[in-house]
Amino acid sequence: MTFDLETDTRLAYVLRLADDLLINSQRLAEFVTNAPELEEELAIANVSLDNLGVAHALYGYASELGGGEESADDLAFLRDEREFTNCLLVEQPHRDFADVMVRQLFFDAWHLVLWPELESSSDERIAAIAAKAAKEARYHFRHSSSWVIRLGDGTAESRRRAQRAVDGLWRFAGELLMSDRVDADAAAAGVGVVPERLADSWHREVRAILQEATLVVPVDPFVAAGGRQGRHTEHLGHLLAEMQYMQRAYPGMVW
Amino acid sequence: MSLPMAHNHRFCAPAANPPPETNERSFVKLRRIHTRGYLNLDHQFDDAAGEAVFDATIAAGEKVEPRDWMPEGYRQTLIRQIAQHAHSEVIGMQPEGNWISRAPTLQRKAILIAKVQDEAGHGLYLYSAAETLGISRDELVNMLHNGKQKYSSIFNYPTLSWADMGAIGWLVDSAAIVNQIALQRASYGPYSRAMVRICKEESFHARQGYSIMLALSRGTEVQREMMQDSINRWWWPSLMMFGPPDAESVHTAQSMAWGIKQYTNDELRQEFINQTVPQAQYLGATLPDPELRFDEVTQDWLIGQIDWEEFWAVVKGNGPLNRERIAHKVRAWEDNAWVREAATAYAAKQAARRVEVSA
Repeated sequence: MTFDLETDTRLAYVLRLADDLLINSQRLAEFVTNAPELEEELAIANVSLDNLGVAHALYGYASELGGGEESADDLAFLRDEREFTNCLLVEQPHRDFADVMVRQLFFDAWHLVLWPELESSSDERIAAIAAKAAKEARYHFRHSSSWVIRLGDGTAESRRRAQRAVDGLWRFAGELLMSDRVDADAAAAGVGVVPERLADSWHREVRAILQEATLVVPVDPFVAAGGRQGRHTEHLGHLLAEMQYMQRAYPGMVW
Repeated sequence: MSLPMAHNHRFCAPAANPPPETNERSFVKLRRIHTRGYLNLDHQFDDAAGEAVFDATIAAGEKVEPRDWMPEGYRQTLIRQIAQHAHSEVIGMQPEGNWISRAPTLQRKAILIAKVQDEAGHGLYLYSAAETLGISRDELVNMLHNGKQKYSSIFNYPTLSWADMGAIGWLVDSAAIVNQIALQRASYGPYSRAMVRICKEESFHARQGYSIMLALSRGTEVQREMMQDSINRWWWPSLMMFGPPDAESVHTAQSMAWGIKQYTNDELRQEFINQTVPQAQYLGATLPDPELRFDEVTQDWLIGQIDWEEFWAVVKGNGPLNRERIAHKVRAWEDNAWVREAATAYAAKQAARRVEVSA
């Protein structure tokens, strides 16, 4: 049985999709001018830009769902830390290229399995955005997984760094696969997907890559979660302080 | 809306020297094809004959291609110039990358990321063009890192406000376009073709810069001040981008004889000034030059004295951020050495595995 989803729930669902993408785009863009090769500068900027584009489309839709009171930019630049519902994974800082690519692998694998499902969302707007995002996710996954394989199966040094990244970020990946009431309601209405349903696919994709990379899958039962409820790690506040600087310092202006 | 951006570009016009007669061009082409065949068959081909063909190619306004004979000085000049251009694209990513994380709207952020991405792409085309001259990208990057090759001095200035993203696009990229449109006709084929492609993207960059400035000019008092402050800081350095005055330019005469350069530094600078002054007026901005005046006779905007001491100080390494720009680049390169080593090691393992499989 389906029921009509309350606007607030639909909005919350769209916002968490958008927040994941915006925060990931922001983190990834930090690595621009810090990449190992010029070709990689292009690739990183490209993935960051793709994420930002999908986030922008989702915020645009969220703005409409909210009755237009807040614009897409208001949603991105004027909400506080506690109002952001991105997963903790994407806000995690990186020490090196291994952190960047492992974080991407976990996140890209999530989108690889999520967007094709959302292409059949009963919400036409979400379905349309998902169709575009699904194509991009396949390319992003190819990019991050090929790097994780090279790093894991490269030199002793690169394997050590890749394994450290996997061990450090693994506990933040579980949150992607956990649902709360918003996910459950969105799924019940045919708008969204219950993340747990995608857990097997996510694990299959990620474990296959880690295996090919000769990396060890951590046995860390702990899942760091809370992002979907706005309970973040301390990193998000700093990220937002920087990202929202202009809109906060010069309120109400047109750029 | 009619923007002053749509300036009638002097350098888009056909060459000042009419092209030679068609049959003369074909003759040169024929000789070059013949020469190439001869080269392939017999390596005894001498410099004097090569030089004659090279001179004829330049005189006919045709392109010199990588396989053609060329004077060593020509090759070295091109390597220096193309590498400097490539390095400028790559170092130029830093001052703009400095504002990606703080861009004020989603749209502006997306445009800025795309622009920085384009610059990486331009760096790639240009390094490829330089590689056709028999030097590797690694060698060129190494010469950037150890200071043997330079990049445009403009990128040694800091980006201190969002308006600087506007100023870089509008002033710096427009100045680069004036230079590069002329370089589309450079005598070396790969360089000339890279310029055609790059110019298309650069004009988008200049437009987005001007669009940032327009938004500021139509905004609040604070925004107009931000814009004016940025113009005050970037105007003179933009004019210095065209290099020293003709009288002091050591490379100009030879580069023009070789058809690498089509116009002198001062000619290009004047072209830029003439197109930019009306654009500044449209923004309601003041250019920081009390001597700026219009000459009715020449129809040129004349400027006051450029501070050449500042120019040479920055060229010689004493600009605001010379050390930081290179240090950032070198750090990124060294910090990621292990990534490149991993990629090489993995490729070697894969190659070995393929051999095992096929054996």
